[in-house]
Amino acid sequence: MTTLTTERPGRPRTAAPAPGDRRPPRAGRAALHVFLIGTCAVWLLPLLYAFYTALRPYADTQKHGYVSVGGHFGFGNFTAAWDQAQLLHYFWNSVLITVPALVITLWLSSMVAFVVARFNFKINIALLMLFTAGNLLPQQALITPLFKMYQMIPLPEWLAASGKLDDSFLGLILIHVAFQTGFCAFVLSNYMRTIPKELGEAALVDGASAWRQYWQLVLPLCRPVLAALATLEFTWIYNDFFWATVLMQTGSNRPITAALNNLQGQFFVNNNLISAAALIVAVPTLVVFFALQKQFVSGLTLGANKG
Amino acid sequence: MTVVDGAAAPRTTPPKTKRRHLKQLTVRDRVSLGLMAGIPTLLTVAFVWVPALASIVLSFSSWTGFGDFSTIQWVGTENYKNIFTIYPPFDPAIEHNLIWLAVFFVLPAPFGLFLAVQLDKQIRFSRIYQSILFLPVVLSLALIGFMTELIFSPTQGLINNLTGHADHHVVDWMGDPHLNIWAVMIMACWRQAGYVMVLYLAGLKSVDPSQKEAAALDGANGPQTFRHVVWPALRPINVVVLVITVIESLRAFDIVYVINKGTNGLELLSVLVTDNIVGEASRIGFGSALATILLVISLAFIVPYLISMFRKDERE
Repeated sequence: MTTLTTERPGRPRTAAPAPGDRRPPRAGRAALHVFLIGTCAVWLLPLLYAFYTALRPYADTQKHGYVSVGGHFGFGNFTAAWDQAQLLHYFWNSVLITVPALVITLWLSSMVAFVVARFNFKINIALLMLFTAGNLLPQQALITPLFKMYQMIPLPEWLAASGKLDDSFLGLILIHVAFQTGFCAFVLSNYMRTIPKELGEAALVDGASAWRQYWQLVLPLCRPVLAALATLEFTWIYNDFFWATVLMQTGSNRPITAALNNLQGQFFVNNNLISAAALIVAVPTLVVFFALQKQFVSGLTLGANKG
Repeated sequence: MTVVDGAAAPRTTPPKTKRRHLKQLTVRDRVSLGLMAGIPTLLTVAFVWVPALASIVLSFSSWTGFGDFSTIQWVGTENYKNIFTIYPPFDPAIEHNLIWLAVFFVLPAPFGLFLAVQLDKQIRFSRIYQSILFLPVVLSLALIGFMTELIFSPTQGLINNLTGHADHHVVDWMGDPHLNIWAVMIMACWRQAGYVMVLYLAGLKSVDPSQKEAAALDGANGPQTFRHVVWPALRPINVVVLVITVIESLRAFDIVYVINKGTNGLELLSVLVTDNIVGEASRIGFGSALATILLVISLAFIVPYLISMFRKDERE
């Protein structure tokens, strides 16, 4: 684990035929391209259909049918969905949950990883297993007591209108942090192990405290992994449906991914509007896809693949 | 986080070089390291492990959840007996979870591997293909639930309109309890295949190209090289894919909950657990018993996986 997996050098990617060049022969290559183009077309179909449907007014699809050409095209469904369902409000809820949860997760997990990776305490492995296993549990395996616990923990009025951890933003943030710290700690500790130990020892000799070592030496070196994890965790927390559905009962406080389900039937009465709303909700993740795909993929593969 | 290895050893023993710097830690450093590891541990224990263990304990109780702990009645294994004998949604839920698992094993896992192997060949546009096939992975499962409705809706959906079943002989993909799970599975596989593909692509990059060349020089053909060189090298990824397949099948929730709250042919274990706490129902003991079943199945896969992984770790 010396570099991010996607950036791993050492594999010749040049087109020049070399001895042992394992490119398929010409006919095979053509067949492969046909297959891949076909598969990609099928893969894009659901999203393209959603987009096409969203562009058409309901009246036109009623007249011509959903799979048809003709009629009007425009962004009317998008603006209607945006205004009627106050999507901006729900996006803001998502920001209020995702951003703090993301920052705290990365901060806490990097501290755990630092201790586990840079010092030889006896309980390190047990600690890491506790975190990693926790992250692999199905959320539903802990929701029943968690839900009860959330209803019993009081919060001051200024922190949550509900007066308890249940149905509060803080409650959602905390469960995201607790649940996601495991994955990030695992990935970060693997990465921090690859930083030469001598660096830390030199700093110790210079009288740098453990905290300064973490904050000024190790953390800056972890920037690429932190970027990958931030991308991944942003997507996961933003995409969360389960925690928000169960632990946030006040519909108007739900983040957008969970809110869409309530809004369906209330504002989104036809498939054209639902398509438009679904695509609007997908925008942040699509931004991740187009702009940060490399970070996302390396985050995924770093967690799965230690090498 | 107070047990420091070797801290109790007398100062005179020659320190093992590996652990030397621990002894140089000041009290302040030890306190700060303890806090750095302790606070996150406390949070994870309190919000993940305490509830998980509480699921097991409460599964032997009958509790509405209203009132304090004194209203808990201990009923032994009655919840489990009821689940296995007189709880109608349990059998379909187990069946659907098994379908989910089987389909994930049979379709996206091998197909993801197949795609990865094809895309790892030195062909043009490989990056573009990869991106497109990967696209559904960034979408939320809830969103994929909405897309399932868009595509399989009986009158407004893509499939029925394409095949001419939208007006007459309508195929009720969403309402027919024998059909809807398959519509859901198609869309779940759409996302899962890209996920598996990305994992295998990363794994394939770590296969030593010179070994493949050596095999080719020895006259091995493509399938032979794959079987004897590539496949053995992919072992760690296979384990990860196995674990992910199992975990994702057990966690499956969002898609079916968006479609019809996991009823009428879309029952899943995860939904049954949730049904016992949300809304008017509040059967903490019964829900915990269902959760415990889920927990035990998942730990049966998680624990061996972690042990093998960390054992390898210690050897390194």
